[in-house]
Amino acid sequence: MFNFALNVLPFARFQFAMTTIFHYFFIPMSIGIGLSVCIMETMYAITKNKIYQTMTKFWGRIFLLAFAVGVVTGLIQEFQFGMNWSQYSRFMGDIFGAPLAIEALLAFFLESTFLGVWMFTWDKFKPAWHALMIWLVFLASAASALWILTANSFMQHPVGYKLTSSGHVEMTSFKALLTNQQLWYEFPHVISSCIVTGSFIVAGTSAWMIFRKKSVGFFRKSMRLGLVLGIVGCLGAVTSGDLQSGYLIKDQPMKFAASEGIYNHTENPAPWSVFQLTNTKTHQEYGKIEIPYMLSFLSYHKFSGSVAGMDEANRALHKQYDGKFGKNMDYSLNVNVLFFAFRLMAAGFGGLTFIALLGLWFSRRRKNTIVKQKWLTFILFLATFAPFVINTGGWLFTELGRDPWVVYGLLPIAKAVSPSTSPASVIFTIIVYFLLFVTLASCMVFYAKKSLYKGPESIDKTIDYDNDDPFSKEAFNK
Amino acid sequence: MSFLQFFWYAVICFLFIMFLVLDGADFGAGMAAKLLAFRPAESNMIVRSISPHWDGNEVFLVAAGGSMFATMPFWYASLFSGFYLLLFLVLVSLIFRGVAFEFNNVAETPKGKNAWMWATTLSSTAAPFLLGMLFTAMIQPVPMDNHGNIFVGLFNVINPLSILGGIAVTALCLYQGLHFFTLHANGIMRYRAASLAGNLYWAAYPVEVLFAIALFFETNFFEEHLLSTLTLLVLIVLTTFWGHLSTGMHKEVQAYVANSLTIAFVVMLIFVGLFPHVLIAQNPVNSLLIKNVSSSPFTLTVVTIVLCILLPILTAYFIWSYIIQWKRHDLSEFENTDKGAY
Ligand code: HEM
Repeated sequence: MFNFALNVLPFARFQFAMTTIFHYFFIPMSIGIGLSVCIMETMYAITKNKIYQTMTKFWGRIFLLAFAVGVVTGLIQEFQFGMNWSQYSRFMGDIFGAPLAIEALLAFFLESTFLGVWMFTWDKFKPAWHALMIWLVFLASAASALWILTANSFMQHPVGYKLTSSGHVEMTSFKALLTNQQLWYEFPHVISSCIVTGSFIVAGTSAWMIFRKKSVGFFRKSMRLGLVLGIVGCLGAVTSGDLQSGYLIKDQPMKFAASEGIYNHTENPAPWSVFQLTNTKTHQEYGKIEIPYMLSFLSYHKFSGSVAGMDEANRALHKQYDGKFGKNMDYSLNVNVLFFAFRLMAAGFGGLTFIALLGLWFSRRRKNTIVKQKWLTFILFLATFAPFVINTGGWLFTELGRDPWVVYGLLPIAKAVSPSTSPASVIFTIIVYFLLFVTLASCMVFYAKKSLYKGPESIDKTIDYDNDDPFSKEAFNK
Repeated sequence: MSFLQFFWYAVICFLFIMFLVLDGADFGAGMAAKLLAFRPAESNMIVRSISPHWDGNEVFLVAAGGSMFATMPFWYASLFSGFYLLLFLVLVSLIFRGVAFEFNNVAETPKGKNAWMWATTLSSTAAPFLLGMLFTAMIQPVPMDNHGNIFVGLFNVINPLSILGGIAVTALCLYQGLHFFTLHANGIMRYRAASLAGNLYWAAYPVEVLFAIALFFETNFFEEHLLSTLTLLVLIVLTTFWGHLSTGMHKEVQAYVANSLTIAFVVMLIFVGLFPHVLIAQNPVNSLLIKNVSSSPFTLTVVTIVLCILLPILTAYFIWSYIIQWKRHDLSEFENTDKGAY
C-alpha cells in the first residue's frame, strides 16, 4: 500500500502544481483587469464622456476572456482535492471545506450573477448603477481570494483546531481561522499581485498598440491608467511582502533561511546575497555576490542583527517533531528555487516600478513624445508578461517552502495523496490537462490579440482615437 | 444521525436539484444550438437566452461540491477519488462548455464560430450524460475497503443503469433547455422548439421504464425504501406526462415547471434511495453512513449559520437577475450582424 502511494505522489504533486499555476495565470488577470475596468466605468459614470464607456467595453472584452478561462480552470481546483488528495480531504475536511463552501455561496454566486447582468444591460441602467455592478463583481472576486487564502493559510499556519482521536483535525474556532496572522499577511500581498498583473496587461498591451501607432490617443490614456495602477500595486506588493518576510523569520525560519541560501547562523550585521548557486548536498555556494548590511535591514529594518541558518532551523524542527513523526523526516527545502523566487519578486518589483515611472514620464505630454520612444513602448510591452512569471515564483516560494508538510506540522505530503488512485490515471490526466491548457491558452491569446487589434473603433466609430486628446470636443466631431 | 447531518444531506440534494434545474436548461440550450438551429443566427438566438445565466447556474455545482467537502468530507473524498476518470471527463466537458460560449462570441470567421458552436453542443451533451452516469454509478454497490477507498472497475462505471442514467439526465436537460428557450423566444423558433420538445418527450417513457427495471436489479433501493422509491418513480412518470401535455398545449410555463419537478424527483430518488448511506460497499460492513462521513458538530453549525444568512440574499439577487433579464428575442435581432450571441 505504502509503495503504491509513493509512486503516485510525484505525479499528483506535479498535477497540482501545473493546474494551480495555470489557474493562477488567469485569476490575477481577471481580478486585476477587473479593477481597471471598474475604474474606467466609474470615470464614465462621473464624467459621462463616451470615450470612457468605449474604454470600459474594450478592456471589458479582454477581462471576459480571462474570466472565462479562470472559471473553468477553477473547477479543476474544486474537484482535485477529492480526486488526487482524498487522504488530505479526510484529514482536513472539517476545516478546509467550510471556506470553500462559503467561497461558492458568498463570492462565486455574486460574481457570476452580476457579471451576467453587467454584460447585457448597458442600455438598461444608468451608468452609475451599471458601474456598481462591475464593482460588485470585483469585490466578489476579491472576497473569493480571501476565502481560499483562509484555507491556504491554515495549511501554512494551523490555528483554531484540535486533533481528534481518529487522527484528523477539527475546527474549534472559526474566528481563529479568519484572524490567522498568516492570512492577513498573505491576502494584501496577493491582492497587490493581482493589481500588478492586471494593470501591466492593460499598460503593456496599450504600449504595444502605441508602438504600432494605432489609436494612439486612446491607448495613451489606457496605458497611463494601467501604469498608475501598476505602481500602486507594486507599492502594495513591496509593503506587504516586506511584512511577510518579517513574519516568516519568526514563523517559518526554515523557509526564510532557505530563501536566503544560508546554512549557518549569519554574522552580525548580516550581508544580503544577491546571487548565488547552492549545492544542497555539500552546502557549498558558488558565484556569490553580497551587499553588506542588507539582510539585517531587510529582516529587521536596522543595520544590525543576525539571521538563523538552515542547519539551526533543521535542528529545531527535528527537536519539535521527531517525537511524533520520527527521525526520518527530511526538512531540507529546494534552496535554489526559493532563493531565486524571492529575488525574482524583488527584481520584478524594482524593474516594473522603474519602467512604469519612465512610461508615465514620457507619456506626460500628449502623444508625440511617447510614440517616438519605441524602445520604451517595446519594453513596456514585454512587461505584460513579467507578472505571470513573478506570481508563479511567489507561489513556488510559499508552497515549496512548506515541504515536507501539506499542513504545517500536522500532515506530511506523502500521507495526503489518494490511496485508490493509480499513477497511470494521474499521468493520463496530466497529459490531457496539459494539451487542454495549451489549447485554452493559445485560443485565449489569439482572441485577446484579435480584440486588441480591432481597436476601440470596433466599439464606437464616432470618436477620433488618434487625437492627442480624445476627450476634447473636436475628437467627437470626426 | 444528528439533525444537522440530515439537514446538510438535504441541502446537498437541494443544491444538485437547483444545479440540474437551472444549469440543465443551459446544457439543453447548448444541445439545441446545433440540434434545433440550421443557421448561425438561430444558434445565436438560442445561446443568447442562456448566456447571462449559465455561469451563475454552474456555481450550484461548485456549491454542491464545496458543501459536500465542508459537511461530509469522507463522502467527498471517497466519491471523488473513487470515480476518478468519470469526474475527470465531467471536468473536461465543463471546461469546454464554459470557454466555448466566450470563444464563439469573439471568433471572427464563420468557420471559427461554427467550430465553437459545435464545441458548445458537444460539451453540453457530454456534461449531463457523464453526470447522469456518475449519479447512477454512485448508488450501486462498489468495491470499497474499510477506509472508504473505492477501487472501481470498468463495469462499476459503465453498466445498463449508468448508461440509462446518462441518457435520462441528458434528455431531461434537453427538455429543460427547450422549455427555457420557448420562454425567451418569439416567432417561428419558439414553435419549433416546442414541437421538438413535444416529439422528444415520447422517448422519455421507455427510458423511464427501463430505468426503473435497471434500478431494481442494480441497486437495493427497492429493498430499503420500497414505498418512497415507488412513489417517486410514479411522480416522475406523472410529471413527465404533465410536461408532455403542456408542451403540446403550448403552456410554456407549465411545461418548464413540470420538467423542473421531474428533475427534482429524479435527484430525490437518488438521495432518498441512498439514505442513510452515502456510498454502498459490496461488502456491506464497509458502506459509508451519513453519520460517519460528516464534519464535526461545530463545523456543521458554522456553515449552517453562514448558509442561513446568505441564502435569502442569494435567492433575492438570483431571482432578480432572471426577472430583469427576461425578454423574448426575435430571430431578426440576430440576422445580418456579426455580433453573435452577445
Ligand atoms: C511585482 C511584485 C510582486 C509580485 C507580483 C509578488 C507575488 C507573490 C505571490 C503571488 C506570492 C504567493 C502568495 C503569498 O504567499 O503571498 C508571493 C509570496 C511572497 N512574496 Fe511576493 N510578489 C511581489 C513582490 C514582492 C516583494 C518586493 C517582496 C519582498 C519585499 C515579496 C515577498 C514575498 C514573500 C516573503 C512571500 C512568501 C510568503 C510566505 O511564504 O508566506 N514579494 N509573492
